[in-house]
Amino acid sequence: MEWSEWALSLAVFLPGVGALIVMLIPRAEEQLIKTVALVTTLATFGVVVGILADFDYDRSGELQFELNNRWIDVINSRYHVAIDGISLPLLALSAFVTLLCVIYSWNHFPEPHNPKAFLALMLVLEVGMNGTFVAQDLILFFIFFEVVLLPMFFMIGVWGGPNREYASIKFFLFTLFGSAMMLLGFLALYFKVDVPGGNTFDMVALSEAAGAGLTRGTANLIFAGLFLGFAIKVPMFPFHTWLPDAHTEAPTVGSVLLAAILLKLGTYGFVRIALPMLPDAAEDWAPWIGLLAVIGIVYGALGCLAQSDMKRLIAFSSVAHMGFVMLGIATLTDFGINAAIFGMVAHGLITGMLFFLAGSVQHNFHTRELSRLGGLLVQAPKMGWILGFCAMASLGLPGLAGFWGEFPAILSAFSPAEGLPVETFRTYMVVAAIGTVLAAGYLLWMLQKVAFGTPKPEFEHAHVHDVNAYEWTAWLPMLVLILVLGIFPNLLFGVTDDAVTQIANVFGG
Amino acid sequence: MNPVFDWHALAPDVVLAATVLLTLVATFLLPDRDATQVSRIAAIGVLAALVPVVTLANDGADRAMFDGAYVVDNYALALKAFFLVAAYVTILLSVDYIQEGDYYRGEFYFLLLTSVLGMSVMASARDLITMFVALETISIPTFVLAAYRKHDRVSNEAGVKYYVIGVLSSALMLYGMSLIFGYAGSTRLAEIGAQVSAAGAPPLLAVAVFLSLVGFAFKVSAVPFHFWAPDTYEGAPTPVTAFLSVSSKAGGFVALLNIVFFGFYGVDGAGTELWWPVIWVLAALSMTLGNLAALRQTNVVRMLAYSSVAQGGFMLVPFAAAGIAGAAGDLGQADTAFGAVVIYLLVYGAMNLGAFAVVIAAARRTRSAEISSFAGLFQTSPTLAVLMTVFMASLAGIPPLAGWFAKFVMFQSAVEAGGAWGITLAVVAGVNSVIAFFYYAGVMRQMWFKEPAGEDRSEIEVPYALTGALAITAAVTLVVGVYPQLFARVGELAF
Repeated sequence: MEWSEWALSLAVFLPGVGALIVMLIPRAEEQLIKTVALVTTLATFGVVVGILADFDYDRSGELQFELNNRWIDVINSRYHVAIDGISLPLLALSAFVTLLCVIYSWNHFPEPHNPKAFLALMLVLEVGMNGTFVAQDLILFFIFFEVVLLPMFFMIGVWGGPNREYASIKFFLFTLFGSAMMLLGFLALYFKVDVPGGNTFDMVALSEAAGAGLTRGTANLIFAGLFLGFAIKVPMFPFHTWLPDAHTEAPTVGSVLLAAILLKLGTYGFVRIALPMLPDAAEDWAPWIGLLAVIGIVYGALGCLAQSDMKRLIAFSSVAHMGFVMLGIATLTDFGINAAIFGMVAHGLITGMLFFLAGSVQHNFHTRELSRLGGLLVQAPKMGWILGFCAMASLGLPGLAGFWGEFPAILSAFSPAEGLPVETFRTYMVVAAIGTVLAAGYLLWMLQKVAFGTPKPEFEHAHVHDVNAYEWTAWLPMLVLILVLGIFPNLLFGVTDDAVTQIANVFGG
Repeated sequence: MNPVFDWHALAPDVVLAATVLLTLVATFLLPDRDATQVSRIAAIGVLAALVPVVTLANDGADRAMFDGAYVVDNYALALKAFFLVAAYVTILLSVDYIQEGDYYRGEFYFLLLTSVLGMSVMASARDLITMFVALETISIPTFVLAAYRKHDRVSNEAGVKYYVIGVLSSALMLYGMSLIFGYAGSTRLAEIGAQVSAAGAPPLLAVAVFLSLVGFAFKVSAVPFHFWAPDTYEGAPTPVTAFLSVSSKAGGFVALLNIVFFGFYGVDGAGTELWWPVIWVLAALSMTLGNLAALRQTNVVRMLAYSSVAQGGFMLVPFAAAGIAGAAGDLGQADTAFGAVVIYLLVYGAMNLGAFAVVIAAARRTRSAEISSFAGLFQTSPTLAVLMTVFMASLAGIPPLAGWFAKFVMFQSAVEAGGAWGITLAVVAGVNSVIAFFYYAGVMRQMWFKEPAGEDRSEIEVPYALTGALAITAAVTLVVGVYPQLFARVGELAF
């Protein structure tokens, strides 16, 4: 087989092999376990870099690195993997962030320690994340979508904070409910959509069929199932309540992976599955999705302002940021969807970094209470500056990555796709714009509380580590990317645009 | 006319019957009534019975005997193989438990295999009388097995309760069967099917079908005929509970498959509106009430008992779906729906036996069946904890473990049947899969999130036989989860 055929499978299953090896090493051999995990994630990232290098950017609208093999004949499901310009950046993000998480974990293992189990779970998690972004068959997609659940459940439940049991089970039940409804939606797509060549789970064929043979009512009903699955994962208001709990209780690396990758599975699902397969229903649903998105933006921002815990604040800011992403998607235009994908990557990098920082702050001060923190710039100036940088990026300062996710998403609401109510979307645009002001408010407030001023008396003589070598290694690549993508947004827009245009063309936008 | 004996086709049952007798004889002849030797004989006999199953499957021809009352086809072979492998795993679960307990030892295997023989015959039975005999052969030894801890009053209660309910259900079923015979003039399922199709739905037949379905509902512990199951499961020795909840339950389902698919379904699906509403209600009730009751359990065996009630409800879903499709005249779909039941049974067998294997292994240390006794298992015995997690997650239907595929084909049948009733049932099943996760996760939470309770933090030693049982069930759960085609093909060939 050619490299182009097995490259994606390698990128998906290599971490799985690593997880198996880790499980076979005795628990006491911690150094060896860490090395295996590092080598595995590094090799996976190497494969992804190889894919990035070989990807034909002139044909980024088409599927590449395709492999379409028999898998479960009886239900017509095939092992079909491929990537285009939409999947590529997300796959790269996933392999990249996981690698950095392993590096960050090196001597940061949360209680009860046990690097063996922690790293094995992280590697299994990577299988699910990478797999979801490359799957081109609904059943395969579903499997990978679900594979991430158990590792994250255990990561939160075993290594999490005081309220970890509640948070982990809440996370799981919310997502499981969504995916059960999503699966029913997939089955309905299989049976009801007229595809030339018979019923199929193939995502390419179903996207081409674009819901042929469905009545408007049926299509809307199926869309409801998919919507529940994806919207809970994103999460959109009012399904977001699991997120602050899960993020707050999760160990640092868990929060980073949750924010950077897992949330993207939901938005990716909208772009890859819900919109192209059910375009008519998407038009009916778009105004409502837009409404929930802007409610999420404002609600998330107000939620942030009410928090006293740094990590919980960042978690609520995720709700707001994902609101911008969903607003971009809801416009059904190539402009809006491009912005949404940029927003996904930018949010992954920036919020991931913020969670890393929250983790290191907690490591130093053993608290994340905003009222007890202060003067980080005095005690650990480098960390303080990085926090400032990330807060600026997160509030959408032009020149940093966050801007290119947020601003075009707002702008795209000015002229949504044909057939959508223009006035409604323009109202959304205004509300979303107000949301950015609130975002600046809560991020600066957090920065001021944590970094400015002088240390509180209780921490005056605390021994505070500034950024250490492991942290630099894990963080620097992300910081550089935030800056580079901020200055050269076309690096990403250029990749996604062709593929996005194909999706948006269906809507005549 | 002399009956024709096709010895090749009969070979699995003959080998099994010979093994049954051999275990009984060996029990009395071996010095000190050495049960280890008896268990070996039983295990080898079960594996030997698998050989003709394989050769018959290779041969591929359908073989009918005794005027069509006994048939060996792909469907029968798949289920015979399932029953034999499940029996082998059950023997592995029992070896140390029986050896270390204060019981009659050798007889255990005699009773166990007699019941398995009944199951093997049931897979081939296409006649009401053959079915009834097979069903009683399955049931009667299990009454004794349930009460096997004879010094334990709970175990005695388990046996008596099971016996009374078993007799009651047999009586109902037999009455229903007699009415069916009176109506159709034959005990052959195929002829009954033809009569049903021709006649539509006269009230007498409806009563007959209803009574026999209720009888089977007791056997598969479908709500509201399930109340014996938790007490019996809790009181019986744990390996017997594993056997009851997998093999014996599967025996009931195979009986139901036979009578519904080969009988009531008719030749053109014409009679289906007679029975699918009954099964629809049983399925919805079993899933929902089984799950809600399981949520409240603190004893892992009782939890698994209610979970098996709920799983039984999931298995009934494709029956209802096949009926809905048949009533709509869509015959091809019924085949896939009944295939879904077979797939679900195979997968359920692997994961549920595995779960019981871990329960038995853990109880060797804790001497307890409380869910809280699993606390901190991940720290003391990580391998057992990971295996239990695999089985619990599989029962909950989380990919990539085999349970997802079972749930998937179940959903598929309901959605394919379509209509308001099919979709409603699919949604009920969907909501129930989420509820079910909650109690399966309860065990995971104890194992992973809690600190170990006792002083002894060394790893639990697992005897060889149990290790074998764990290895077989875990391998099936993992491999089928990743490559479901293995079982899917069986389900497809069977119908």
